[in-house]
Amino acid sequence: MSSLTVNKKTRRIIPGFHLSLGYTMLYVSLLVLLPLSMIFIHTMSLSWAEFIDIVTAPRAVASYKVSFSTALAAGLLNVIFGTIIAWVLVRYSFPFKRIIDGLVDLPFALPTAVAGIALTSLYAPNGWIGQFFNFKIAFTPLGIIIALTFIGLPFVVRTVQPVLQNISAEVEEASASLGATRLQTFRKVIFPELAPAILTGFSLAFARALGEYGSVVFIAGNMPMKTEITPLIIMTKLEQYDYAGATAIAVVMLVTSFILLFSINLIQWLANRRFVH
Amino acid sequence: MSIQINNVSKKFGSFQALEDVSLHIQSGELVALLGPSGSGKTSLLRVIAGLETSDVGEILFDGQSMIDRHPKERNVGFVFQHYALFRHMTVFDNVAYGLKVRPRKTRPSKLEIKNKVMELLRLVKLENFSDRYPTQLSGGQRQRVALARALAVEPKVLLLDEPFGALDAKVRKELRRWLRKLHDDFHITSIFVTHDQEEALDVADRIVVMNNGKIEQIGSPDDVYTNPKSPFVYDFLGNVNLFKGRLHNGKLLHGEFAIDVPDLQVHTEDQAVGYVRPHDIQIERTNVSGTVPVKVSHIHLLGPIVQVELRREDMDEFLEAELTKEQFTNLQLKVGDHVFIKPKQLKVFIPEDFSI
Amino acid sequence: MEQSTFIQQVASEKNNAVTKSAALQEPRFVRYTLTFIALAFLAFFIVLPLVSIFSTAFQKGVGVYVAAITHPDAMAAIKLTLTVVAIAVPLNAIFGVMAAWALTKFNFKGKNLLLTIVDLPFAVSPVIAGLVFILLFGSQGLFGDWLFEHDIKIVFALPGIVLATVFVTLPFVARELIPLMQTQGTSEEEASISLGANGFKTFWYVTLPNIKWGLLYGLVLCNARAIGEFGAVSVVSGHIRGMTNTMPLHIEILYNEYQFAAAFAVASLMSVIAIITLIVKDIVAWKSKSA
Repeated sequence: MSSLTVNKKTRRIIPGFHLSLGYTMLYVSLLVLLPLSMIFIHTMSLSWAEFIDIVTAPRAVASYKVSFSTALAAGLLNVIFGTIIAWVLVRYSFPFKRIIDGLVDLPFALPTAVAGIALTSLYAPNGWIGQFFNFKIAFTPLGIIIALTFIGLPFVVRTVQPVLQNISAEVEEASASLGATRLQTFRKVIFPELAPAILTGFSLAFARALGEYGSVVFIAGNMPMKTEITPLIIMTKLEQYDYAGATAIAVVMLVTSFILLFSINLIQWLANRRFVH
Repeated sequence: MSIQINNVSKKFGSFQALEDVSLHIQSGELVALLGPSGSGKTSLLRVIAGLETSDVGEILFDGQSMIDRHPKERNVGFVFQHYALFRHMTVFDNVAYGLKVRPRKTRPSKLEIKNKVMELLRLVKLENFSDRYPTQLSGGQRQRVALARALAVEPKVLLLDEPFGALDAKVRKELRRWLRKLHDDFHITSIFVTHDQEEALDVADRIVVMNNGKIEQIGSPDDVYTNPKSPFVYDFLGNVNLFKGRLHNGKLLHGEFAIDVPDLQVHTEDQAVGYVRPHDIQIERTNVSGTVPVKVSHIHLLGPIVQVELRREDMDEFLEAELTKEQFTNLQLKVGDHVFIKPKQLKVFIPEDFSI
Repeated sequence: MEQSTFIQQVASEKNNAVTKSAALQEPRFVRYTLTFIALAFLAFFIVLPLVSIFSTAFQKGVGVYVAAITHPDAMAAIKLTLTVVAIAVPLNAIFGVMAAWALTKFNFKGKNLLLTIVDLPFAVSPVIAGLVFILLFGSQGLFGDWLFEHDIKIVFALPGIVLATVFVTLPFVARELIPLMQTQGTSEEEASISLGANGFKTFWYVTLPNIKWGLLYGLVLCNARAIGEFGAVSVVSGHIRGMTNTMPLHIEILYNEYQFAAAFAVASLMSVIAIITLIVKDIVAWKSKSA
């Protein structure tokens, strides 16, 4: 018998591994990693004290509060209404359902600036909707919430909808045959299946809302300390050629969204693990 | 084309898929790789096809090393487990694919391709389905398209991964007869992977039983069935009754049961297990020497054969026996009867070489 | 008898919402209330804004509308937007196919990390997406001096706008293709290769037809976002009228100058594109489901 032949090279049968991976790495390195690393490199030019000064300036802190609270409110509104819309679209039939279903994606397709000016003119004190309220909506945090709700709506609907479609009728029938009322079936059988999707939808909408700029600048009024969102602070600093200041705030935003994404992935991982076992 | 597999090993991460596998397949043979899932049978097939590379070892086709050859240079026809038909192509285009993608120099003309494809479709009895898409076919029809597609490139070796796995029982039986006939007509060296012992016994010239990445036994269907070399093979090929006892003075002792095992006299006082096939259990009305008292607890009539479930009276264990209808009528067995059994044929293994 | 029960069964399957038993269906008033809430919400947040755009656009008559969208600045903005889209979308489409191929057809270390990096632009605020290119290519940026010496303009010019748009829309095609190609697996490609096809032929005849609808879907989404991107482009454009103003930036300028009718006229044009996008998207989604 011949001596053992050791095949050192593990050949991949499907071609293009080096080409596609190389291209992908080069592309993301040049267009994502290098640009994003600039944020952190540029902040190095600031001393720690300077950095802290910029990111804890009262105007900046106020903007974090505005951005965070409005994004949270919009996210929660989307959870409630997005889930209802997904439910109605999957479970009930009514005229023009297909068109209405398609319209849910409008916020994805409509340029944010267009959405911004349209919502502003609607909810302004003399607008079609604003005139019916005896308090201001546009140019207050309420206006910001409305713009962010618009932007985030498809995220919740589109993540909940397929899950709802996939819940088999048999599970609900089993629940009903065991004597559960409709509400009990929803709470104990349907909702637990929807919860992960709702959470995903919420987190996507929330993350998008934190960074949103185009639709908000028009409706917010942009009053420092009251309705100024964090992306706008960066914009303002840039217009004053305060690159270091803009970058410092950007670091705060980036770190926040990374932590957010990471914790959401973690929660989902934990939730999935529960279902596997 | 003959295939020689020498000392092939393959690891996926920390999982040893193949461990020092050697196998020689003669030209024109039809060989079954039989084993449970994870036994390495599919990995071996893919290594032969060149879809995976082995870490160690060599593959020779007619004495030529294939290790550095790309799958497309190996002249191998591969039928995938779930057929892997091109879902956006018609049956005709699927079968024609291997010819159409040839470099211009060696590509047959359109007419030649058409004739060849139609000939193959006639062979697999699908000539009226050439314009259908895979989704419009039944499982058995898809299987035949996959086979025709593999045959279109005139392979020297045909490799089939669980060819009948996804089909229902009746179609499966039909197709495997048909595969056998096809092989007898064309004599292409063929290897197929299966976890179904009946399929392997029915179709193959030789069976390679695999377990945990290693070859347990190679032999003709009759050979592996009647002379299993290991407990694993015994257990995997057909039903088996176990007598877990100990060896003493050339006898296997288990409760009131004692039987001569002359070939294992060396080991005394050792733990040992006797393996007996259900049809090797003889049922007696009277107590002859070497028999064990049992009580009939169940009778299943399955057409020409009768399965009898027996409960040993000396210990809390069940046995299964198979009788022909004729034997059954002669014995006039009824549930609750007290009878005696005796193994006609028994194979003893010492637990050290246990794998189950 | 046989037939009538069959017909009944078909009928009940068709509108099972109506014939379901009470235990499997909410009470009627609950159904109506939920439907009302959903439709009212969509009316206030989606339909009314859309209607208001067109209504405001034509408020001062067709003449003003036509004048607004044929104004040289508007035409320049449209041309610039189309140029940016024509560069950015194909780049990200090629990238998306390459990335999906690498990430779904092979196993390698660091795959999950690469997936995360591909997704990263979704997690970054558009304003920051613009800022990073200022930091790279602006006058105070990493390559600022070198670019100035060689008289190359990137930010406040077309290349900067393209870069920012590419960054923001980078994941769209890849994100559509990766899950699709993951479920399709690699067996059809392996079959093709074992039948003698080379890599390019395998991609062209086997992979591409299988992913074409997913690819188109990703392209449509990528295209919509590239046309409408505002924040990132706003940072790098420099707002030079007739030169570096894209359509959304042009709308902003008109709006801030209180030329509402003109602003909404251009906005209506973009809304039409958005509606076409939705229709194409719907068709593509439907096609890919039936394919």
